[in-house]
Amino acid sequence: MDAKRIRIQNGITYGMVIAFWVVIQIMDKTGNLSSLLKGLLVPLCMYAILAVSLNLTVGILGELSLGHAGFMCLGAFSGAFFTNCMEAAMPSAGLRFFLALILGAVVAGIFGLLIGIPVLRLKGDYLAIVTLAFGEIIKNLINVMYVGRDAAGFHFSNKDAMSLGMDDTGVVIVKGAQGITGTPRAATFTIGILLLLLTLFIVLNLINSRTGRAIMSIRDNRIAAESIGINITKYKLMAFSISAALAGMAGVLYAHSLSTLQATSNNFGYNKSILILVFVVLGGLGNMRGSIIAAVVLTALPEMLRGLNDYRMLIYAIVLIIMTIFNSSPKAIEMRSVLMDKLRHKKAAGKEAA
Amino acid sequence: MKKRMLCLGMAVAMAASLVACSGSSSSSSSETTAAAVEDTTAAAETETEAAETEAAETEAAAEGEGGTLKLGVIGPFTGAAAAYGLGVRNAVDLAVKEVNAAGGANGIMFEVNAQDDEHDAQKSVNAYNTLKDWGAQMIIGSVTSAPCIAVAAETAVDNMFQITPSGSAVECVANDNVFRVCFSDPDQGAAAAKYIGENKLATKVAIIYDSSTEYSTGIREAFIGEAANQGLEIVADEAFTADNATDFTVQLDKAREGGAELVFLPIYYQEASIILNQANARDFAPIFFGVDGMDGILTVENFDTSLAEGVMLLTPFSATEESSKQFTADYVAAYGEDPNQFSADAYDAVYAIKAAVEQAGITPDMSVSDICEAMKVAMTEISIDGLTGAGMTWNAAGEPDKAPKAAKIENGVYVMQ
Repeated sequence: MDAKRIRIQNGITYGMVIAFWVVIQIMDKTGNLSSLLKGLLVPLCMYAILAVSLNLTVGILGELSLGHAGFMCLGAFSGAFFTNCMEAAMPSAGLRFFLALILGAVVAGIFGLLIGIPVLRLKGDYLAIVTLAFGEIIKNLINVMYVGRDAAGFHFSNKDAMSLGMDDTGVVIVKGAQGITGTPRAATFTIGILLLLLTLFIVLNLINSRTGRAIMSIRDNRIAAESIGINITKYKLMAFSISAALAGMAGVLYAHSLSTLQATSNNFGYNKSILILVFVVLGGLGNMRGSIIAAVVLTALPEMLRGLNDYRMLIYAIVLIIMTIFNSSPKAIEMRSVLMDKLRHKKAAGKEAA
Repeated sequence: MKKRMLCLGMAVAMAASLVACSGSSSSSSSETTAAAVEDTTAAAETETEAAETEAAETEAAAEGEGGTLKLGVIGPFTGAAAAYGLGVRNAVDLAVKEVNAAGGANGIMFEVNAQDDEHDAQKSVNAYNTLKDWGAQMIIGSVTSAPCIAVAAETAVDNMFQITPSGSAVECVANDNVFRVCFSDPDQGAAAAKYIGENKLATKVAIIYDSSTEYSTGIREAFIGEAANQGLEIVADEAFTADNATDFTVQLDKAREGGAELVFLPIYYQEASIILNQANARDFAPIFFGVDGMDGILTVENFDTSLAEGVMLLTPFSATEESSKQFTADYVAAYGEDPNQFSADAYDAVYAIKAAVEQAGITPDMSVSDICEAMKVAMTEISIDGLTGAGMTWNAAGEPDKAPKAAKIENGVYVMQ
């Protein structure tokens, strides 16, 4: 692809996100926005960010990671912890949220780097298994973590809130399985969209840079890449930790969209990691725009199927299967291209006639 | 080119999903540009919404007299916690049918819409928003604690009245628009320790708890706090998590080594049934003492109920007790299974709403916020004789005031102590 086409493609991606924001704003102003959709906006942004960031690891770097929810969990908890700790020092919830976003991304990024050093020596299935285990470890560690603060400073325990040994002024911030409650809900749709644009900006620019080409060369042929002097470890770690940092940022967004945050298998378990992977695979490996669309459609789908009551999860699964077949089965692709050709033919014929 | 067309197709699907989200049933024809689709989306929405309001108005007119009050129910109807959510949904349906058949509350009929939250905080908020679109005026739920906290933050913003049958974490009722029917976790833990101490059941106590649920850890903490006041000695305090809830031999051995006379199990009945089985296999027979999560142990499949003989539990409800016979019979007739304590809590929640609506003189045409303000006052003034306690009252903080009841399993049935 030449530079011009890349610019057009990226422009379409940015344009799509901005158009989505504009349409929602218009719907909101004219009162056409349902409460359900309003409540879904921040999660939609969050899942889109997660899908794009995981696509960097899976689609661009070419490594299968199943620990994405673990990074998101790290970001969510460090961000929420910061916001709750700094309540007295910084009364502005917006400022705290902004700093929490940075902190969450940094913490997740550092962990991505630390995990990456040993883990990226593995390939394929082995990497997937280790990252899966990492995600579970994070979740379980947070479930036994108790952190409180009183006049004397921070107290930490991995047993229970009582063994923190705090004085009367003590407040327990992280309560093990009960997690963190009372985080101000500072996340708004506009912030979510801005973060999504930032994520796209980082990822798309990375892909189209010298670094990005080096990363993709590792994916395409590791030995060839090594032979021309590309530092494999460096580029792998870079892509992996950027991906982790962006997931951490999405986690902070999640933590600030709900007043309760718990490390349950529902929120941050491997099911969540796999869900994000589904967005990436359905949207197309390496295709950021596809990831966003898949994340939005698949997040909104179970909610719009609410009318079907108990059958909705069944229908959701069926739709997922159909979408996968439609997207990637060779026969379906063939059928689609035949249809496209016919359509194009008709259009051309119509033009000629006119 | 193919790729671009695919993207376009996906964009159309996305736009279509937005239409469906807004509760519209019309599907817009796939135009060539996404923008055009979005335009039609907006238009279609306005139309359907207008149609919906009209329909709603005619409905209300047809009801006549008092009109209908819309109650939204939120709970897990699918997934691991489905048993609790379904128990609540069925009991609310049953209670509402009874209330409506008996002429409603001051002539006001109740209408129910139940939405699934899969025991997930995010999904619970989505469910709440769906109910808001439906026009819910009060919320019964969420059934489980963490989703309840998330929903409570939303109802506080809208000032909508919320009563949770079984959200037992302290933070569930932190806002003054939320009330609950069950005891809070700390109250249960403290009540259990008090009951053991006052009835001199034991002095050496072991605890086996689930460190991965807030329910279990919350009760345990309060239990240990109160145990010191009651002169109970904690000889073993052993945890497990949801991921390794199949083998409890280590925990049981520790309890036996410590010489425990009583094992306190602030956990749900599935795990408790395994513990009883494994304790029996090791000839370890202390008193087992559970809380409301233990309710249901006699219905576990493939569980030898004779092992549960002598198990004590603090429960607000028992299906076999005299005052709940009628409810149990009706429930079994309607849904083919025994009600659990979640059902009982939900049943009481509906009657509490009925009593408060009558007390405050609420009419369905009042705004959601006005209803909430009136209900907040009325809830503290009512007293109802429910399944989970006689003479239940509420304080302004939203906590119920009722006597804890202990039951002992004898000959396969709960016997109230």
